[in-house]
Amino acid sequence: MAAIQRRKFDTLIIGAGGGGLRAALKLSDADASVAVVSKVFPTRSHTVAAQGGMNAALANVLPDNWHWHMFDTIKGSDYLGDQDAIEYMCRAAPKAVYELEHFGVPFSRLDNGKIYQRPFGGQSQNFGGDQAARTCAAADRTGHAILHSLYQQNIRARTHFFDEYFSVDLLKNDEGHVLGALIFNIHDGQPIIIEAKTTLLATGGAGQLYRTTTNAMINTGDGLGMALRAGVPLQDMEFFQFHPTGIAGRGMLITEGARGEGGYLVNGDGERLMERYAPKAKDLASRDVVSRAIATEIREGRGCGPNKDYVMLKLDHLGEAVIQKRLPGIRQTCMTFLGIDPAEAAIPVFPTAHYTMGGIPTNRNGQVVMPVKDTPEEVIEGLYAAGECACVSVHGANRLGGNSLLDILVFGRAAANHIIDYLKENRYHRSMDEASVNKAMARFQRWDKKAEDGGESVSALRDELKAVMEQHCGVFRNDEVLKEGVQKIEQLAERLKEATIGDHSDTFNTARVEALELENLMACGLATMHSACARRESRGAHSRIDYPERDDKNWMRHSLYSFESGLDYKPVRTKPVSVDSFPPKPRVY
Amino acid sequence: MRFNIYRYNPDLDSKPYMQEYELRDIEPGMMLLAALLKLKEQDETLSFRRSCGEGVCGSDSMNINGVNGLACITPLADLREPVEIRPLPGLPVVRDLIVDMEQFYQQYREVKPYLIVKDPVPEVELPQTPEQREKLDGLYECILCACCSTACPSFWWNPDKFLGPAALLQASRFIEDSRDQALDERLENLEGPFKLFRCHTIMNCVQVCPKGLNPTKAIGNIRKKMVKNSL
Repeated sequence: MAAIQRRKFDTLIIGAGGGGLRAALKLSDADASVAVVSKVFPTRSHTVAAQGGMNAALANVLPDNWHWHMFDTIKGSDYLGDQDAIEYMCRAAPKAVYELEHFGVPFSRLDNGKIYQRPFGGQSQNFGGDQAARTCAAADRTGHAILHSLYQQNIRARTHFFDEYFSVDLLKNDEGHVLGALIFNIHDGQPIIIEAKTTLLATGGAGQLYRTTTNAMINTGDGLGMALRAGVPLQDMEFFQFHPTGIAGRGMLITEGARGEGGYLVNGDGERLMERYAPKAKDLASRDVVSRAIATEIREGRGCGPNKDYVMLKLDHLGEAVIQKRLPGIRQTCMTFLGIDPAEAAIPVFPTAHYTMGGIPTNRNGQVVMPVKDTPEEVIEGLYAAGECACVSVHGANRLGGNSLLDILVFGRAAANHIIDYLKENRYHRSMDEASVNKAMARFQRWDKKAEDGGESVSALRDELKAVMEQHCGVFRNDEVLKEGVQKIEQLAERLKEATIGDHSDTFNTARVEALELENLMACGLATMHSACARRESRGAHSRIDYPERDDKNWMRHSLYSFESGLDYKPVRTKPVSVDSFPPKPRVY
Repeated sequence: MRFNIYRYNPDLDSKPYMQEYELRDIEPGMMLLAALLKLKEQDETLSFRRSCGEGVCGSDSMNINGVNGLACITPLADLREPVEIRPLPGLPVVRDLIVDMEQFYQQYREVKPYLIVKDPVPEVELPQTPEQREKLDGLYECILCACCSTACPSFWWNPDKFLGPAALLQASRFIEDSRDQALDERLENLEGPFKLFRCHTIMNCVQVCPKGLNPTKAIGNIRKKMVKNSL
């Protein structure tokens, strides 16, 4: 084989969603040489599907304050979020929104010309008081508007894009410095070594772990798999968010903004079910609370439909004008997939896999950190992570709606700022570690093995993985089910090692891409199931029927799962940057 | 249900051919993408792009029974058999249903598709009234799927000179934006017999747009602005 092509950049960014593109823009504008590697053309990234909006205490509609936003986020996280990172994010939020607006994002507007803001779940004024309206929106296409504007600004800034290139693995030397990554061009199958002084993982979540999901097919946890294989543990993977309102049986997302605009849930008896579970916030309680409420209603026989297996989201009382103006995207989705116009009829919904709260542990500069000897958070030189693949942790055990777009923009930017400083002091590339290149090449070439050897197919194993995750790691969990899940997923991971594909062409080989993706997804599944099985309490999205209470004494700590040492734990950072800590309290909405 | 799908792998095939597939177990309400995914389980070599599955990412655009569209929001029930599926017309085929979209993206970049503000920006948002913002509806929602441009005869004939409906829709999105301060340059950039004026209002673009957008109208609005600006 001919020598592998090598390219050198100051910074390699893997992933071209909102986090990657925000960082790329900052770096390109600072004259750093940046390579953005994405397995899809940037505007196909999953940020495009975000609907409802982005939280920031602008106080355009109702009184607001970053400190209230901070309180809501900590309470929403069920006190597992790191309070320094949460303070940083909530303080930075207004600036992040104004920057986006200046980049051209077509936010919806109020009569006074300011950005439109809508109420979302878990938001309050004055530390748990009246409902706030904190979510900045471009109708219900906010993610699309933001992603396209960021890509457009990167065109202006002449960022270097590697569109439709797949990242195989991180490259690392013996001292633990990350030196870049091995990628390959999906168009012609040729590998390339990207040498970089700094590497930012911005690869998104792993929502494809579940069969019914709001997530795009590309959300296969690629950065999470790469991190695990590079010896970096994954943090808090047991916390996977189920969005209360996916279209029942199909999974398409119906934004929380639908309830923010005044929609509500009804059960099979026609009752407003949330009154029972969250007397004050009702339909705008936190997502974990609403998802559990729906699942409970159905389990207790109060679902809707012939099989009583979903509940209804009612919007028709809002009137066609409001729906067309504020929720045109979900109206289109309902008409396309259900033949239902939400202006006339209710939408069948069910809690649907939506968001990976866990991920690659970072500090609030986006630097990846891991325990080394007695230090719980030692920085890995040259490696950064931002967005859904990272765990800062601002979402803790449950993310608030509207905080994920905020997370990617604030921490994409923070990582870029830190990288700019780092580059000033690290002017030269370190020499490449050839052993690490060979290891990554072995992973890439492993799929050259022919199907005649009798291996199982990637699609069959993928289906099994999703079924195991759904049955053993869903909204409600218990010891028996989780232990069985661990066994099953360990077996699946073994079988995947022998799997083969039936396409060995170099030209746009999607079978090979799917195989590499499944390896990443399997790694995420292992981390999720193991972490969930070990955590014997209920907190946020992790609901254990056998341990129904939150246990702050034993479990107010972050899980860390690695291939090398299994499970480990580290404390929650309860000390904010400049204000008093919010101590854990019972969580009532 | 029967399908006839365009196949071409330059590593193996000297020329493209149509391959027949059959799929049982069609569920009610099933979209074309779901069928293609099932066919790919049978034949891993069948290649196409896809991601969100709900018509917002723009990956799975293709020519379906002669009409460009997104597989993920095309109901099987609406399709006559055998369903004939080809790559988008007018762009080089990479493999099977995957086309090389570089030319399309090049046209997009050529219209400077980003907000240009020359004055210092305020420390808060640039003001925009709901009425001014409403002018962007029908323009900003484009998902760059290329269904429109690759359905346009003017694009087929002059892909190197005519910018095509998608890029012109983007041009209009910034021309109409009350915050943008580069109107004159934008209009000047579209002068000449080809870039914009090769549009013969055939309106194939309007017919195929999966998001219900109207590039022909946007092009008409740009023309009006040009006339007004030259007076």
